[in-house]
Amino acid sequence: MLDDNIRRELRGIVGEAHFKDDMEARVTHSYDATPMLQTLPDGVVYPGSKEEVAAVLKLANANRIPIVGRGAGSNLCGGTVPLEGGLVMVMNRMNRLLEIDTDNLTATFQPGLNTKEFHLAVERLGLFYPPDPSSMVISTLGGNIMECAGGLRGLKYGTTKDYVIGLEFVLPNGDIVRTGGKLYKDVAGYDLTKLLVGSEGTLAIITEATVKLLPAPTHKKTMLAMYRDIEAAARTVSSIVGSRIIPATLEFIDNPTLRVVEEFNKIGLPLDMEAVLLIEQDGFDEASIDADIEAIRRICLEENAAEVKLAGSAEEAEGLMKARRSALSTLARISPTTILEDATVPRSKIAEMVQEINRIALKYGVHICTFGHAGDGNLHPTCTTDARNPEEIHRVEQAFEEIFEAAIRLGGTITGEHGVGSVKSPFLEWKVGAEGIAIMKAVKQAFDPNNIMNPGKIFAKESRKRVVLQR
Amino acid sequence: MSGNTSIKPLIVKESGSPLAERMKLTLNYDELTNCMRCGFCQPSCPTFKETGLEAASPRGRIALMKAVVDGVMEPDDSFSRQMDLCLGCRACEPVCPADVKYGQLLEQTRDAIEDHAEHSWWVKGLRSLTFRHMFPHQKRMRLLGSGLRLYQRSGAAKLVRSAGVMKLFPETMRQMERILPEASGDGVVDRLGTFYPAKGTAVAKVGLFRGCIMDVLFTETNVNTAKLLAEAGFDVVIPDTQNCCGALHAHSGELDQARDLARRNIRAFREAGVDYIISNAGGCGALLVEYHHLLHEDPVMAEEARWFAERVKDITQVILERGHVPALTERLREGRPSGDQTETVITYQDSCHLRNVMKAGNAPRNLMSRIPGVRFRELQGADRCCGSAGIYNLVQPEMSMQVLDHKMEHVKETEAQYLLTSNPGCLLQMKLGIEREGLAGRMEAVHLVDFLYERMKPQPVGETEAALPGPGSTSAGQTAPRSEK
Repeated sequence: MLDDNIRRELRGIVGEAHFKDDMEARVTHSYDATPMLQTLPDGVVYPGSKEEVAAVLKLANANRIPIVGRGAGSNLCGGTVPLEGGLVMVMNRMNRLLEIDTDNLTATFQPGLNTKEFHLAVERLGLFYPPDPSSMVISTLGGNIMECAGGLRGLKYGTTKDYVIGLEFVLPNGDIVRTGGKLYKDVAGYDLTKLLVGSEGTLAIITEATVKLLPAPTHKKTMLAMYRDIEAAARTVSSIVGSRIIPATLEFIDNPTLRVVEEFNKIGLPLDMEAVLLIEQDGFDEASIDADIEAIRRICLEENAAEVKLAGSAEEAEGLMKARRSALSTLARISPTTILEDATVPRSKIAEMVQEINRIALKYGVHICTFGHAGDGNLHPTCTTDARNPEEIHRVEQAFEEIFEAAIRLGGTITGEHGVGSVKSPFLEWKVGAEGIAIMKAVKQAFDPNNIMNPGKIFAKESRKRVVLQR
Repeated sequence: MSGNTSIKPLIVKESGSPLAERMKLTLNYDELTNCMRCGFCQPSCPTFKETGLEAASPRGRIALMKAVVDGVMEPDDSFSRQMDLCLGCRACEPVCPADVKYGQLLEQTRDAIEDHAEHSWWVKGLRSLTFRHMFPHQKRMRLLGSGLRLYQRSGAAKLVRSAGVMKLFPETMRQMERILPEASGDGVVDRLGTFYPAKGTAVAKVGLFRGCIMDVLFTETNVNTAKLLAEAGFDVVIPDTQNCCGALHAHSGELDQARDLARRNIRAFREAGVDYIISNAGGCGALLVEYHHLLHEDPVMAEEARWFAERVKDITQVILERGHVPALTERLREGRPSGDQTETVITYQDSCHLRNVMKAGNAPRNLMSRIPGVRFRELQGADRCCGSAGIYNLVQPEMSMQVLDHKMEHVKETEAQYLLTSNPGCLLQMKLGIEREGLAGRMEAVHLVDFLYERMKPQPVGETEAALPGPGSTSAGQTAPRSEK
């Protein structure tokens, strides 16, 4: 795929040091955080400017070489695995924070900028960028945009797509396109900005982005509601939102998850509870936050919470949030392979969904822990298993298939924040229908006629009804 | 599309180079599988931070190891180079949510590589000289100390420098030669004997692990460690049959030698019947505390190794847990006129192994915060390796100095007069950093034990305070500030 001429040209474009095709580079760009998925690229390219990105894309397009854009490779849907080989384009050299505009409350940056670093830079100025994916210590903003990352604050503040207002991106033919800008209102034509957010690298490579910022809330209160009954916890979620209080964070953690998280974090989580809700409210007026928290506390107790505990200090609150953020990774301690899924339902259906997950896990004899952004209806049923046991993995596949069926039946979706990638592609048609697939493919064709941009993602090659874990 | 790009990671191919075959036998496949590739290790990895390369991160290195074991790639030169480039600081372990034992995987890989390695002549020479012929032999270390002392004292050092002989060596070696503390042919046992009793009633009996380099280049620190322990209420035994801990061997892939050394040490301390084994060097302590892992397949020694490992503590830990710290600080207050001294600013560079393996990051800070007349200023990135990492700074000078120079940017920000450390390698590296940055007149690197002892030792009546030269009075040391005078 990469002949000597192409290698030479690539080196000419990005410089000798920024193109690699040895086994070391290929192996270390053959995976992301998705379990059991690994494919070697033919080479790895590290562009340093939009001009270099454009030149590489043009070359790849002319030679039909697949291009997989990559930030930190923390994907959970196989989005950055180079399924069909080709080039992995690593964006971490383009990692500058270009501007924080305090007059317009916007920030502009290159895609390789680390999400956590950006948060810190924004917070130093008393500003706030709400999207907070659990992987933010490693993930890049470009990756967040391409996958439309969510996080713990989605309920009140929305996700990445609600903040991106301007983009610069490069098309496979080398054209550089600018959309939006420092504008909160902009209806000039199709909204290509939003189209690119969550496009999983299948349309173009982002080289610059502008997001809107908010003033940082000055006050915050965190509480933990504990339940002996899972359904009571799930019911509380709809009751809180139904009472017209929108908490900043409303997270659900079930007992198996609690146990592991506590073992790793040692912050005194209750191990005898079936589920807990982690609830946070923020704002600018302490009295109104107190009122919200008190109202929520009452609702929790009315819904049979065994105990409601208010974090006494900022450290205690941060400890609780940190515990929640580490849920996925701590589950990894149970067994070698951890498969984190992303089923999402309307929040009034959370209790039903949790029940379904437990029923299905029992039916197939697999171990599934559930936690997630209850406020958004975005649950993460997480299976702890062992990739070396094909028979069990087969049951895991069947279980997840049924879980997704249940999610769609309850009016939900196959992925709330991880993306379709290659793992969910067989299910997309269930969710959007044949007509939906057709128009999506037409859009893809318009951007990328030669199908070089992250091929094999979003659209399944043939229609299958199965999570692809084993290939 | 190229059809052969798909990796079947679960199928182990049969054919492979001898090194690949060896790795298949040596590496713990469970640990390789436990890595879920979440990448949470990456922000803590110094070589990833310096290079930005996935392959130079823990996740990347584990992927490479697994690729070799799975038969996906052959362990070529660049593979070995990547494994060598790892500092082994193990900062990735405490942040790994899946609790992957990266340090063990690295040791196993390096051990396999070592069996098949072809080093350059000078690395080979250095390895053989140090690992086989020097560190394991206490007498030879003594002799080296005497020789070095003679060289330093006789004016030969000056002559060598002025004659430009050092110009023949790499720049890092030249800088190293300048910051080397004054060696000693007399070790801690020669100075104190094998028993040093507690002041007052003993709360416990501790065995002092004296180390090999520590006892030649930092004898004073060993002496101060024993005295500090005695002040804190411990009977101190220093078994003379102990030897090098084997850390440098283990980290460089000489596992068999490390095991031999471990067995000898376990016997020495077992015979001494101590309650604790005390280390004052993070690098040594971290291996001592893992002796049970090192010897887990040894049917004879496995149980004894566990006995040993359970009793290993850093001096700061044992003082905090069992020692009479308040008594010491009170005595200090009595012995020292208060109010007439300006506050001394100190900062601290963690020993990675003390922090990440012995899990004693707080103990030194806790003790430092108890020293009167001293203001502790946290060093940004103190938890990040300084680039010393055993003999890393000699065999990987470029990366080591890159890491060090970034470290020194933050060190400068602290404006501290004393930069304290808990490991001889870190101490030398910090001295080197001070030299490279031209901070010699303003800052001095000192072992925490020496600083503590100088500040806490009982003051004889009428004697003016002793200045606080570091363990080795280097050129840097002599011009350091004496703010407390």
